[in-house]
Amino acid sequence: MLLRHTPSGLSERKALTINPAKTCQPIGAMYAALGLHNCMPHSHGSQGCCAYHRSSLTRHYNDPIMATTSSFSEGSSVFGGQANLLEAFTNIFTLYNPDIIAVNTTCLSEVIGDDLVQIIKKAYEEKKIPDGKIVIHANTPSFTGSHITGYANMATAMVKYFAQNTGKRNGKITLIPSFIEPSDMSEIKHIASEMGIKYIMFPDTSDVVNSPMDGHFRMYPKGGCPKESVTASGDSNAVIALGRLGAMPAARLLDTQCKVPVHVLDLPIGITATDNFVDTLRKIAGVAVPESLRKERGQLVDILCDMNQYTYGKKVSLLGDPDILLSMVQFCKDAGMEVLHVLTGTPPGKVKLEDRVRELYGNKVIVKTGLQCDMFMFHQLVQENRPDLIMGNTYCKYICRDMDIPLLRIGYPIYDRIGQSYVPITGYRGGIHLLLKILSIFMDRQDRDAEEENVELIM
Amino acid sequence: METYQLSVPGEQFREEVSDAYSPKLGKKRKKQIIVNNVDESDSVPEILANTRTAPGIISMRGCAYAGCKGVVLGPTRDILQITHGPIGCGFYSWLTRRNKTRPTTPEAENYMQYAMSTDLQEDEIVFGGEKKLMAAIDEAVALFHPRAIGIFATCPVGLIGDDVHAVARAAEEKYPGVNIFGFSCEGYKGVSQSAGHHIANNKVFTDVVGQIDKPKEGKFRLNILGEYNIGGDAFEIERIAALCGVTLHSTFSGNSIYDEFASAHTADLNVVMCHRSINYLAEMMELKYGIPWFKVNLVGAEATSKSFRKIAAFFKDTELIERTDHVIETEMEIVQKVRDEIRPRCEGKTAILFVGGSRAHHYQDLLREIGVVTIAAGYEFAHRDDYEGRKVLPTIVVDADSRNIEELTVTADENRYRPRISEEEKSVRESEGFTFSDYRGMMPEMPVGTLVIDDCNHYELEKLIEYYHPDLVCAGIKEKYIVQKQGIPMKQLHSYDYMGPFAGFRGAVNFYREIDRLLNCNAFKFAKAPWDESPELTATYGFVASE
Repeated sequence: MLLRHTPSGLSERKALTINPAKTCQPIGAMYAALGLHNCMPHSHGSQGCCAYHRSSLTRHYNDPIMATTSSFSEGSSVFGGQANLLEAFTNIFTLYNPDIIAVNTTCLSEVIGDDLVQIIKKAYEEKKIPDGKIVIHANTPSFTGSHITGYANMATAMVKYFAQNTGKRNGKITLIPSFIEPSDMSEIKHIASEMGIKYIMFPDTSDVVNSPMDGHFRMYPKGGCPKESVTASGDSNAVIALGRLGAMPAARLLDTQCKVPVHVLDLPIGITATDNFVDTLRKIAGVAVPESLRKERGQLVDILCDMNQYTYGKKVSLLGDPDILLSMVQFCKDAGMEVLHVLTGTPPGKVKLEDRVRELYGNKVIVKTGLQCDMFMFHQLVQENRPDLIMGNTYCKYICRDMDIPLLRIGYPIYDRIGQSYVPITGYRGGIHLLLKILSIFMDRQDRDAEEENVELIM
Repeated sequence: METYQLSVPGEQFREEVSDAYSPKLGKKRKKQIIVNNVDESDSVPEILANTRTAPGIISMRGCAYAGCKGVVLGPTRDILQITHGPIGCGFYSWLTRRNKTRPTTPEAENYMQYAMSTDLQEDEIVFGGEKKLMAAIDEAVALFHPRAIGIFATCPVGLIGDDVHAVARAAEEKYPGVNIFGFSCEGYKGVSQSAGHHIANNKVFTDVVGQIDKPKEGKFRLNILGEYNIGGDAFEIERIAALCGVTLHSTFSGNSIYDEFASAHTADLNVVMCHRSINYLAEMMELKYGIPWFKVNLVGAEATSKSFRKIAAFFKDTELIERTDHVIETEMEIVQKVRDEIRPRCEGKTAILFVGGSRAHHYQDLLREIGVVTIAAGYEFAHRDDYEGRKVLPTIVVDADSRNIEELTVTADENRYRPRISEEEKSVRESEGFTFSDYRGMMPEMPVGTLVIDDCNHYELEKLIEYYHPDLVCAGIKEKYIVQKQGIPMKQLHSYDYMGPFAGFRGAVNFYREIDRLLNCNAFKFAKAPWDESPELTATYGFVASE
């Protein structure tokens, strides 16, 4: 047993986190910054932060993750990181020539109190930032929130720095997705395109962290939202936040800053959430749902009905990030599965994940969010009430192996399988992929575990 | 001395690359980009190393915490490790270095799969985190009953003034049966992971080694220092050691346990694999306990043979020497067969290596065995002695960043200092060509004319590929796909791309086969599509493309 020391029964803890179900803000900010075109994410702290974040993102995406660091020394930690950041700007623009540098802070620079607004101002004054180039920043202290908060903060920074209301609406709808895969972002754009809607989407990491292999390395791949589009989002007719924790803050700011009407939806994962998304788009834009999307939806529903017997009543425990979890829980409900546990280390904030889950599953489901809600706790929970399937990130594999429970890999990080960056789980087509994966897992188990006389040829 | 003629002279590369930087940075980089030369007295040009990375430069380096917790202590399965800080550091160092471990019984302590952290929150940053750390230790002891706990400080912990050592002492009073020790390995210390290695060495030396005076059974007892069992390397080394008949008392720190560390001072010899990360411990154990040390290399079949022969020669036992010879002979038969098969397919290919503090050196041996030439190499976090050899130690200037890392003053232990060989015998042996406390460094073993680059950054890596079109690049995960997008196979030499072992004899066979696959597989040939090879159009059917 790999997790042999996890005792059964819930252990009361107030200080020790064991096997976290979250990570720190800056990595989310770095990921969001990759969703701007020609942007260099910059980590203002020790070089270890940047190394860890790049390593983690690289392991997950199997693609180059480019980012720079202020490389704090002990001296800069005492005297402040201004000199390091100014030198960094010079080196980055000279060597790597991005259009934008997106700076995120770290626990180190936050504790010493570096004032990013002031340092960036000084950089402009001292001509450390060439004409036409821009530096934006987000405060992402690692001691609050999680990687999802960091993502939200950088998305919000994009609005703050770029979005402008010229007084003339541009007829576009702005889409702000939460921390999801590039494939999922593409799929959301696909839906908007099919509906004939002109959209702006940021952050957009599609064609950045799932770039093709063609014999060339590009420091800034062709994807990413151009800053001009983020600027124009201030003139858009509406903004849709897809995910309350990861996307809503940026959308709300677009509302306050540029008076763009905001709609907050769940991530379009599964039928219900995708239906809501499509329906909202339809109403805002005043368009009909095209035949192509009706077909995609119909195919998903077709599979859901045809194979319902294999998902109905199956017990599921989920671990991950709130926005994805919420939609996944809804999808489980759509497929007739019973959710036993929902756990995230990300603090719930004002978003009551628990309330939403209870609306669907009542008081029986166990929902754990925030401090000390970690995989150690999750392990103890699933030991008490065993699910048929666990949905979560790669680190769940130890629990799954010890307990012989199948694992559906969703969320961040996925270090040990590939495909999530190419094959979406959002939209109707993503729903088909997701459902097929779930069906394969249950049907393979049935084939493996059935008594000899009960092995079915046709399923 | 072997010479290699680069397609573009190394001097030209250095000049042109340095020109891209600001004059100040360019001047510095010129001292870190060296065209190798080795003269008759084994002297090589001086290289600037262990110096700060310029802010904004995309470096391969990590931090002191990574070096301490991730590298040195990480592989030990029964020291419960608590990261004191916000959640990130503990999360990223959770199992990502692939240190394998093999508990002796299904019940034996093994915390490898557990990542523990105090997950400091804003309140604790403001009011101090010591109370939470103490509470975390209480909870850890109650849940796991460990015999040892290591506490690892992260950046903010140092700044807010939390004293991990004071908490460790207080906790030890509370739990007398548990050895609890802290590491001040805040990420901003030093210039790279190297600072963390040193900090780890110091604490392991003062608080762990020497705690248990019970030696392991065995006639020829030694410790291996600086072998971290990535991909099972230590397992292979253990296998060879057992075949030869030497007793591996402890490995620092691959597949290791606390008791082995605590009694490591009872062994009779220390051999050092990764010189950079652990030479401190070897030095200190010699001063305090009288255990001699020498450098070995267990990567590469020839180097492994040479190293085990040296170990046998140290113990001066005819039976051991003969048995070792026999083992090498048997093992080499298999190795040679594979090498003969693979070498013709790899002969003359070129590689560049940028890894750690010893791998960029050791893996050149393995590559050479199948005819692959290393045309450029460098370390992420090494010091001058790792490049130029320990003979330059007296001339290394200690800068402010290094001065901040504690240098322990070590004296002979009153009761336990026991020179394993007398000074006289040592001199006799040295006069016969046996070397102690040695490391020749990487540069004397590289061909003249090749490039040696310290703290090679992304820009320089791109330029190296552009100038020299290597057939293979070896570095870490951050570099992996930058290289592979260009259609060049890339081998991770930190994590081995989740393969291994690559050490010892079986490891050599694995590595030959892996490099053969990388250099000769079909996959990379598809980087260019056929229409990119011949873009001219000749219409056959005359379809009109629709918009």
